[in-house]
Amino acid sequence: MSKSVILCGVGGQGTVLASKLISYAAMSKGYDIKSAETIGMAQRGGSVTSHVRMGEGAFSPLIPQGKADVMIAFEPAEAVRNLSYLKEDGVVVVSKKAVKPVTASLSAKVYEGKEMLDYLKKKVKRLVVVDGEKATAELGSPKALNVVLLGAAIASEEIDISMDEIREAISHKVAPKFHDLNNRALDAGAKLYNK
Amino acid sequence: MHKEFVMGNEAIALGAMAAGVEVVAGYPGTPSTEVLEAIAKRNNGTTYVEWSVNEKAGLEVAAAAAYAGKRTMVTMKQVGLNVASDPLMSLAYIGVKGGMVVMVADDPGPISSQTEQDTRTYGMFSKLPVFDPSSVDEAYEMIQTAFEVSEKYNTPVIFRSTTRVCHAYSAIDVKDKEEYYKREISGDGGSELAGDSLGDGTEFVKGSSTDFSGFVKDSNRWVIFPRLSYANHKMIEERLPVMGDELGELTYNKLTKVNNGRLGIACGGISYAYVCESVQELSENENKDDSNIISDISILKVGTPHPFPEKLAVRFLEGLEEVLVVEELDPVIERMLLMVAGKYHLKVKIRGKLTGDVKNAGENTVESVTDSIRSFVQFDSEKKSTDNRAEASTEDEKSNIAEDVPELPIRPPVLCAGCPHRASFYAVKQAMKGRKAIFCGDIGCYTLGNAKPLDMVDTCLCMGAGITMAQGFSVVEKDTTCFAFVGDSTFFASGITGVVNAVYNQHDMVLIVLDNSTTAMTGHQPHPGTGKTVMGDIVEKVSIEKILEAVGVADIRTVNPLDLKISVDTVKELADKPGVKAVIFKSPCIALFKPDNMCVIDSEKCINCKKCINELGCPAITVNEGSVVIEPSLCTGCGLCTQVCPVGAIS
Repeated sequence: MSKSVILCGVGGQGTVLASKLISYAAMSKGYDIKSAETIGMAQRGGSVTSHVRMGEGAFSPLIPQGKADVMIAFEPAEAVRNLSYLKEDGVVVVSKKAVKPVTASLSAKVYEGKEMLDYLKKKVKRLVVVDGEKATAELGSPKALNVVLLGAAIASEEIDISMDEIREAISHKVAPKFHDLNNRALDAGAKLYNK
Repeated sequence: MHKEFVMGNEAIALGAMAAGVEVVAGYPGTPSTEVLEAIAKRNNGTTYVEWSVNEKAGLEVAAAAAYAGKRTMVTMKQVGLNVASDPLMSLAYIGVKGGMVVMVADDPGPISSQTEQDTRTYGMFSKLPVFDPSSVDEAYEMIQTAFEVSEKYNTPVIFRSTTRVCHAYSAIDVKDKEEYYKREISGDGGSELAGDSLGDGTEFVKGSSTDFSGFVKDSNRWVIFPRLSYANHKMIEERLPVMGDELGELTYNKLTKVNNGRLGIACGGISYAYVCESVQELSENENKDDSNIISDISILKVGTPHPFPEKLAVRFLEGLEEVLVVEELDPVIERMLLMVAGKYHLKVKIRGKLTGDVKNAGENTVESVTDSIRSFVQFDSEKKSTDNRAEASTEDEKSNIAEDVPELPIRPPVLCAGCPHRASFYAVKQAMKGRKAIFCGDIGCYTLGNAKPLDMVDTCLCMGAGITMAQGFSVVEKDTTCFAFVGDSTFFASGITGVVNAVYNQHDMVLIVLDNSTTAMTGHQPHPGTGKTVMGDIVEKVSIEKILEAVGVADIRTVNPLDLKISVDTVKELADKPGVKAVIFKSPCIALFKPDNMCVIDSEKCINCKKCINELGCPAITVNEGSVVIEPSLCTGCGLCTQVCPVGAIS
């Protein structure tokens, strides 16, 4: 058994914490765990990815094309950019809000994210579009987007990690004053999946 | 032992601590930086750690401590080894007493580097042993062995890792503090290392006791003279083949030989993981159609590429007809296998980068390796035309998906919203409008000043080069004002000698120091100008202004770049003066010091001219449904745009 999760977004969106929580929960369950992050120049507003692989039979820390069971996308275009990693019947959890790059403003090219979501709807059978802006506004912190998306992904039951195991990981990996916010974000995400 | 989920660089750090490292020096550089940071953070106070001013300084600090019998390490990225190559080459001849590891991180891709140079080649050039881990787990074990080998042979050793090992994470078994190696120094200063285990059953027995208690003066050992160099060169050349075969016995080198097989794959580093993954995948598919070409492939993994494990390579090559070599950067293993095949008259075809069978630039991936193995097997396979499944290469699959993909937004890395470098570049640009000028850039976040619309970096070569290159231009481009932009950390690392050169040789240039009080690009390390050390000690700040003054720079101004008018006027004034002039643009890195301010656009006043967007390229200013808006989550209120807006619509 092995599971691979790819997380993608734009530098600064908090992909790393989400991947850490999955990894920590997997390690606590005694799974073999490997992961990889984008570090360096790309963090300055560039496209970033985190790869998480757990269980037997994974050698490379990077997920091969077509092998990701789940994609957690923090931005619609980044989901499309990395879609080749997803296996045929894989799950995609994607945040609805587009992050516009400077290049788009300069060239006057219109990028609103809708055509990306339309493309995903066409290509992905198991797609969950999360209105992250609305959810985080209800939670009272835009920073909670990562855990909202994680909650939706966990609720898909494709990662082989339970909500309780992620809660346990939060209690170890997040500063105590943010435990409540993150646990609420996790539940909010799970509700969005089940809707 | 206990389990920890760690980054590769943290595993290297913990391994070095388990091996009893007592002195660690280095200079920040992606992907090596976290090794030194992890030791600074996690050691219990027994290890001395410093960010040195550059890699050469770091290597020399670590070398001297190793002369005195301590286990030491110096960390850097691959291009840092170019800076440290002078002491490295000589140190290889002199050797050390305590174990010394030169930890160098290579960057195939390259992902954040100037070159795709290969530190294994440096190992061959300097005649030093090289360790090359293939995973986070292996890196932890291997760095401990590296210290033992260094101490056994009294030679520094190179521990070369790559980005995908340095920045990978894995759950690994880590030693508890009680299990760390501890040097026992006996009363007479001697210490027994007998039975020092390499962790894999190989026993390295130390013949005589070595005095590890401190530096022992001996000018025949520690002072490099031609006669000593000759003697040591001879000793090193005699030692290398012996060492190669001895290191070849370590478990980091692994031969999986299939009897009567005709094909082989040789690999090292992270490519070994890719090969395992590809072979597993390909053999699963193979089982379905009942052939066994893949499972009959012998595999050689090389963990100590220099000195090359020749005997092991002969065992691998014997009987094989064709071998595919999968490695990143230089064809090091490939060349050595060609050498071994020639030396032993083995009739085997070696395929790899030199034959065009494996790509010769960029990093490998599971997909690229799978493609190479498929082609390799098909050279050999008669059924290649019938196996349609194998023919559908990953590239084809990708392009099938790509057909109807909407145009993706390009996201190049950019200067952050509120970054003071944007203001500095813009001020110089405004000041030199309509005049001939060359802008020499350097290494750091501010290399991103090359992006449009700023377009203010005409050259970027290597650390500190901008300052001296501006001088070269000034000699031949007489009607041009020559600028050099340098960051504060780069100024200390390798900028000062360039300024001395400019003053001494009376060059005409304007030096722009972009002083944001940190080493930003590599993750905010302190440096001599910050008044803080990596261990958190508060020290006297080294003043850039005073250095420039002492060197004899004719006119030195310190300006806040966020004040656009003063900045432009200052640059204009200095550009007209002869000799060496300097502007220090001083404003802290916005990622360290985030003010709560925010700019807003008055939509009533805004005439939608988009000057703020087209001149500054700030990521916080975007167009939303036709009108210009400022993204509140990104804006830091630096106020540069308020000084650019022609109608005063931004406040």
